[in-house]
Amino acid sequence: MIHWLYLHWRAFAQAVGRLAAQPLGTLLSALVVGIALSLPAGGYLLLDNVAGLAKGFSGAPEISVFMAPDASTDEVRAIDGRLKAEARLARYRFVPRDTALAQLEKSGLGDVLGGLQANPLPDAFVLVPAGNEPELFQALAGELRTWPRVAHVQLDSAWVERLHALLGLGRSAVLVLAALLGVALVIVTFNTIRLQILTQRAEIGVSRLLGATDPFIRRPFYWFGSLQGLLGGLVALGTVWGVVLALRAPVAGLAQTYGTLFQLAGPQAAESAAILGFAAFLGWLGSAISVRRHLAGESIG
Amino acid sequence: MIVFEDVSKRYAGGYTALAGVSFEIRHGELIVLSGHSGAGKSTLLKLIPVIERPTAGTVRINGQAVSRMPARSIPYLRRNLGLVLQESRLLFDRSVFDNVMLPLVITGHPPRDAARRVAAALERVGLDGRERELPAGLSGGEQQRVAIARAIVNRPSILIADEPTAHLDPDYARDIAELFRSFNSAGVTVVVSTHDATLFAASRPRRLVLHKGLLVEGAE
Repeated sequence: MIHWLYLHWRAFAQAVGRLAAQPLGTLLSALVVGIALSLPAGGYLLLDNVAGLAKGFSGAPEISVFMAPDASTDEVRAIDGRLKAEARLARYRFVPRDTALAQLEKSGLGDVLGGLQANPLPDAFVLVPAGNEPELFQALAGELRTWPRVAHVQLDSAWVERLHALLGLGRSAVLVLAALLGVALVIVTFNTIRLQILTQRAEIGVSRLLGATDPFIRRPFYWFGSLQGLLGGLVALGTVWGVVLALRAPVAGLAQTYGTLFQLAGPQAAESAAILGFAAFLGWLGSAISVRRHLAGESIG
Repeated sequence: MIVFEDVSKRYAGGYTALAGVSFEIRHGELIVLSGHSGAGKSTLLKLIPVIERPTAGTVRINGQAVSRMPARSIPYLRRNLGLVLQESRLLFDRSVFDNVMLPLVITGHPPRDAARRVAAALERVGLDGRERELPAGLSGGEQQRVAIARAIVNRPSILIADEPTAHLDPDYARDIAELFRSFNSAGVTVVVSTHDATLFAASRPRRLVLHKGLLVEGAE
């Protein structure tokens, strides 16, 4: 195990040496990889921010449950008990018919309501489900409609469905973009490693002559590809953060004009790690394909 | 120790480099392989570390048929052989020290022990104190000495050299030949091909003579 780690350490040091030996080439490759990766990374971040912004504007989506106007207190209590036991709800509140009437009167309709002999409004419950998925809203509403003395269930989920559809479309676009640019990055690394193999041909031949195994020869190229990807990932993170910081103040100002507080968020630790890991993986993949392709026919003669 | 059993080598295109060659080399022998250009000397030497494989016959080292060895096992065979080729095959962007160190890096020797071995090997070939120099700054004879130091740094029991004195002045060539004789005196089996067998005559080596792919002398 120690021997294996030592060999990896040597290969890592060799790869770092090769990257450091060509600073301009390394920088250019990192920029190509980084800028290409920053597009899907930025797109993902934009979607994440849009989702947060939409929540800020519209509040949590709700389901309103209206009881029958002649429902008794016991029947309303029975519904309250069933809602208490419902695990799919984040919270709910009861709006008694008198409170609803009072709120309506406060809203400026007092004169109109004064002409009525009795309160026409029913008791109601306002439910906040534990999730934003349209499927959850549909399922809950369907069940609530079957409960006794429930006269009407109003689903406030149309905007949720539209938002989910838009976000889903955006995510698909980001995935397609990431896949296309990922292929491009693999090709970039493939070509870089091909050139590396050409320039290291003498060393590869001598090493084979002296008893180097295939893994020994391949390891520095794997490390080289992975490190190049990682550097590209760092450039991508830097680019995304640069854009976020540049747009943060104007976006906050725009949100303020709509009466909401909003701050553009940069990638979190887990997202940053995912970008770096993905970049390193693409670099490794490109190098692995290139090494397999170009070292297979390499002779020591 | 090294046994060739009816070994033939025919290249694509039909050229026959070796035809039915059989001989045995015992432990500790000094073998001088001679013959005109194209006689098959280099091909024969390449069959021992499995740089080439025979088209017929068997090559054995210590009883093991290396000519049928799977590719993944060949590196481990080569680590036990010292190889010196006609061209030094040094890495010209690395120091003398790094060139000699390479076989020990490949075998994963601990750095401190490896450095001691490199120093000893360079001292053995008379290049102590030249560790930091680049090969381009050395003469042809000195470069060949670096290649020899690289070949012996793993302390192989068999040393194979393909015309190591081919491009050297007579004085340098005699020095290199003397080095091989000294390794043989220390118990290393040495197989060396040369156009000039007189370089090794003083040690009374066993001569193998090839002519157009046939072993015409020294088969025993």
